[in-house]
Amino acid sequence: MGTLTIDWIEWLRLFWGFFLANVLGYGGGPASIPLMYNEIVTHYHWLDDKTFSNVLALGNTLPGPIATKIAAFVGYDVSGIGGIFIALFATIVPSAVALILLLNLLQKYRTSPVVKGLTLLVQPVIAVMMAVLTWQLTAGSFVSIGIWQSLGIAAVAFWAMQIRKIHPAFVILAAFVYGALVLPNFI
Amino acid sequence: MSKQSTTPSESPSTSPVYHKATYSELSWAMVRTGILGYGGGPSVMPLFRYEAVTRYRWLSDDEFGEILALGNALPGPIATKMAAYLGYRGKGVLGAILAVIAHILPSCLAMIVLLSAVSYLSHSKIIQGMIAAVVPVIAVMLGVMAYEFGEKAVKGLGIKVGIGLFIVAFILLQLVNVHAAIVIALFLAYGAVHFKFVQWLKDRRNPPNPPVKPTEGGGT
Repeated sequence: MGTLTIDWIEWLRLFWGFFLANVLGYGGGPASIPLMYNEIVTHYHWLDDKTFSNVLALGNTLPGPIATKIAAFVGYDVSGIGGIFIALFATIVPSAVALILLLNLLQKYRTSPVVKGLTLLVQPVIAVMMAVLTWQLTAGSFVSIGIWQSLGIAAVAFWAMQIRKIHPAFVILAAFVYGALVLPNFI
Repeated sequence: MSKQSTTPSESPSTSPVYHKATYSELSWAMVRTGILGYGGGPSVMPLFRYEAVTRYRWLSDDEFGEILALGNALPGPIATKMAAYLGYRGKGVLGAILAVIAHILPSCLAMIVLLSAVSYLSHSKIIQGMIAAVVPVIAVMLGVMAYEFGEKAVKGLGIKVGIGLFIVAFILLQLVNVHAAIVIALFLAYGAVHFKFVQWLKDRRNPPNPPVKPTEGGGT
């Protein structure tokens, strides 16, 4: 009986913590990391500082969205399989439902000049945000593997994807192979 | 690899035939984007676009851009929002659930299983090399996408207004450090009245037809 009640409280906390961290974060998962840290380490003490950095390091080593990787780990650590579901649910569902509802609403008023204006005017902001992200990745890459390696890989990738129209999956796999065989000598 | 290079993908605009996603397409597309994307959700968006627009033709590039733009205007992780919407669009609620699970499951499982290997993984030169080599590839994809978004904005808004708005967005985001959500909200707010405003400007410059004189005989 006692354990059951405790689990419910823990689940509520997991839900609330991950809901807050993600619903307050703009700019995708990476922007929510400080908020998640605040809930996970500072507020609820689910992980200590060092474990959180380890989790983050592993998360950055693995592919896929970062917010769900952290949520899955912490959920499991706190409350087993049930915890994974709660933490993932709180991370994903509110924002996904909001987007679906918003887009359904806009679909109804597609032809209205107001909606057309909204979708047109948001394009320049997104273009600038993407360009900034591109620059951040490029600058990071210059630091980690140097300017020539970075530009060389980028040039080959551009040629393969934009000119030869090769599926990005193959280009990324090729980059993995190159990175495993050649780059360890440069890092 | 060269055998596979002739995927049936012309430029997305040549074929206007779009179809609803099937369950198997959704699963494959989302597993691929989930295990090939590095750098968190935002840097995976070009992969989403490739799967949804170029490869499977679920929707047009313009629509993808709109969805991404509105997705960015809402809080929360972007990759799961996009996966959920693409799944929902093709196959309703079940499609949304399937798409999100396919996208996150491999990496979530790996996360829990691999934590004991964390020090090995994050110090291994080979793993570091692999990740480092993918970053320029992702940067190229993002750069291309930024360019194409920009091109679309310039087409829709005209070159002067388009470039002017880039500069305003850049100043607000990077130099003044205004929160992205606020910048998006500002642009959306103006967007809501943009076409009215343009019409008003046109009317002022050259009135469409001679202003109708109020009928003389009216009362007050």
